[in-house]
Amino acid sequence: MTQPRDFGFDEETGMLKDAAKRFLDEKRPLDQLRPHLAGTEDPYHGSAREAWFDQDNWSEIQGLGWHLLAVPENAGGVGMGLVAAAAIQEEIGRAACPTPLTGTLQATFVLREAKADKLLSQVAEGTSMALAIHGEDGSLEPDSTDVTANGTSLSGTSWYVQDIHKVDKFIVSANSEQGIGLYLVSAGDCDLQGDKIVDLTRDQGRVVMNGVEAEVIAAPGEGAEVLSRSLSAILTLLAADMVGAAEWQLQATTEYAKVRTQFDRPIGFFQAVKHPIVNMMISTDETRSLVYNAACAYDHEPQDALRCALMAKASASETASFCSNRSTQLHGGIGFTWESDVQIYHKRQMHSQFLHGDASWHRAKLAELL
Amino acid sequence: MAAYRLKQQLVNNMSEQTSQSERDEFREYCQRWLEENRPPPTKIPLPQNAYEVTFHDHRTYLCDWQAKCYEAQLIGTDVPQDYGGHGHTEFQAIASAEVRKANVPYFINWIGLGMTAPTLLIHGTEEQKKRFLPPIFSAEEIWCQGFSEPGAGSDLVSLQTSAIKDGDNWIINGSKVWTSLGAISSWMLLLARNDKDDKYNGITYFMADMAREGVTVRPIHKMTGESGFNEVFLEDVVIPDNHRIDDVGAGWKVAMSTLTSERGAAAGVGAVASSESPLTAVLQLIELAKTTKRNGITVWDDPVARDRIVNVYVRIEATMQNARRTRIKALNGGAMRLPLQGKVVGSEIAQELNEIALSVLGLKSSLYVGDEHAIDDGKWALGYMNTYTGTISGGSSEIQRNILGERVLGLPKTK
Ligand SMILES: Cc1cc2nc3c(=O)[nH]c(=O)nc-3n(C[C@H](O)[C@H](O)[C@H](O)COP(=O)(O)OP(=O)(O)OC[C@H]3O[C@@H](n4cnc5c(N)ncnc54)[C@H](O)[C@@H]3O)c2cc1C
Repeated sequence: MTQPRDFGFDEETGMLKDAAKRFLDEKRPLDQLRPHLAGTEDPYHGSAREAWFDQDNWSEIQGLGWHLLAVPENAGGVGMGLVAAAAIQEEIGRAACPTPLTGTLQATFVLREAKADKLLSQVAEGTSMALAIHGEDGSLEPDSTDVTANGTSLSGTSWYVQDIHKVDKFIVSANSEQGIGLYLVSAGDCDLQGDKIVDLTRDQGRVVMNGVEAEVIAAPGEGAEVLSRSLSAILTLLAADMVGAAEWQLQATTEYAKVRTQFDRPIGFFQAVKHPIVNMMISTDETRSLVYNAACAYDHEPQDALRCALMAKASASETASFCSNRSTQLHGGIGFTWESDVQIYHKRQMHSQFLHGDASWHRAKLAELL
Repeated sequence: MAAYRLKQQLVNNMSEQTSQSERDEFREYCQRWLEENRPPPTKIPLPQNAYEVTFHDHRTYLCDWQAKCYEAQLIGTDVPQDYGGHGHTEFQAIASAEVRKANVPYFINWIGLGMTAPTLLIHGTEEQKKRFLPPIFSAEEIWCQGFSEPGAGSDLVSLQTSAIKDGDNWIINGSKVWTSLGAISSWMLLLARNDKDDKYNGITYFMADMAREGVTVRPIHKMTGESGFNEVFLEDVVIPDNHRIDDVGAGWKVAMSTLTSERGAAAGVGAVASSESPLTAVLQLIELAKTTKRNGITVWDDPVARDRIVNVYVRIEATMQNARRTRIKALNGGAMRLPLQGKVVGSEIAQELNEIALSVLGLKSSLYVGDEHAIDDGKWALGYMNTYTGTISGGSSEIQRNILGERVLGLPKTK
């Protein structure tokens, strides 16, 4: 199989992406988030931050059907691929939108790789999910977990679970004598312990299980393989989110450089400002091309999907780091304030950079393929 | 901006006019032809880029090769038959991509193909197109570009070479510098000033016959030791008025469209100035790292070195995907955003790649072309130095960033 030249980005996907952009521009999720951050600023004395997302927004997103985009038709979904899912995720990233959709899209691809049609229909019916596949050390190998399975009963702790308080269920990787399996558990059956994290747009925490009954997604011994295959989709979705956020950082910094005047000129006149902004664009565009390539590879050229996904996330981590750095620096004092949205994107990117591995990890993985 | 409108047209023209199966068929044809007609290597290796060609033997060899490729429809592919082209639609990009991939020799007349031809196609008269385009494609007439002067580099508009009207002729006086291929060219794209008082509207664009009396060419050596660029002195050189391109005083506007072509932003007619694709180069670098041993391990097994190499590999893939995305209207972020990045990004990645190769080689990188122990005939040190051609000429990386900031992002103008 070879990839179509147009990245598999058909008219339908284009309309979907445009609609997502319009919807999120109108909803302004960060403005909705702001009131919920009040009083939590001070890391020493501030009050604890409640995990928050806009329930109405989520209902509307479900009404629009984004959650079942990538669910196969026989499970009640739309049957589109990663190209469409990544297009939506890019817009989510551009809006820095707190939403259970991010985890649910990732989970969808894990379930697809496991051919778990019955569980996919849960997604189609509106169940939100997140991945619970990391151990305490944050190791990225698919066979590292601190959870053990005894039949369908899970015990142990999953660490660094994203949007832990937003979703209904978790996909848990657990070890047993026959090897790694993948399981689905209900959030209500687990003890959820929230982490205090830098990123204001996500929440994260530990899922503690004490003999929690689970549904099987992939049998013991088959889980690591399924996770490995899903990794291409997970990395691509994350990279899409990051490139969306990077585009916001680029545009916001460009606009600021046009309106902020010092030394009698808009600061964008000065090359020490102008050139780094251009570098933000160059970096963002490299990542964006690699993201579309990776999404298209997953849908159309699966044998090349991992290589493409590793490139996309390696590039996304570099871009996120660079664009965050420059966006804060070039905004001067204002960008360093809590008041400014620049910090919100910066912190989301700081977080994303290390989710499922950073740039040098992915380059090391890539080297194994070269 | 005229160049902007031009680009818009080119992009619009690229929309589906030839079917996918026709394109696939043509691509296969190109691949097959290039495989079957790959020329044997030269006795003395060719320089790395078309910029540095000086030997007579190389010149003959490369002109023959280009003529053959022209005949095979890999050059002038989309140009109308009236002007010596092959009259296809949307095939040139395929042919050029395959030529780059095949690692065959470059086209010596890259200035003619990359600058003169696109400029004439837009601004030339019917007669000029019919007279000048065919010998550009066939490499019967080699071209050089006489833009830069000792006092006018990045700030090209300050050029001083003068053009004074004398009946049906123009009399040219002044000097040009850094003129690539000047020593082996038949014709020069010449910018000269017809009005000292009007900075932007006082420049006129000519085609200058290098064989004319009053033209003196003096080679300059590069830091690599190679030659290839030249000083060109113009003393009372006579140019007939029908060798003027576009209107008197329109030279700056025309020059901008030439430069857009030079920077790879226009579809072009088939110029390929370097025989090695970036992908080939990075795969060679990986091979080099895997075969170079130091301190008991291969350089590829050193995680720090490997990380840098893979980073370049990723960026090269990104530039290839950028090129793919450029054509997709829904995904390219605007007609100029990606095309204007091509030169600055490509040249800087090439520089980084070659610099990494030097660090892979360590002290062996000191062995230069001609040394019997030099790895790959010293091509890495040579290649590293030659990458500055890309970052300096045709508008330096700094100037490219000004252009990107101003034209694409709308930041205030530096000038
Ligand atoms: C290998 C090679 C081949 C060439 N071939 C040709 C040819 O065939 N025909 C031809 O006409 N010319 C040719 N050139 C000339 C080339 O186009 C010029 O060298 C180039 O435009 C830079 O001009 P300059 O050398 O005068 O440097 P300068 O303009 O003096 O620049 C010096 C430094 O200052 C920086 N700088 C200048 N202005 C600005 C600014 N506004 N903002 C930020 N930085 C700035 C530059 O980026 C550069 O780093 C060639 C050059 C090279 C190196």
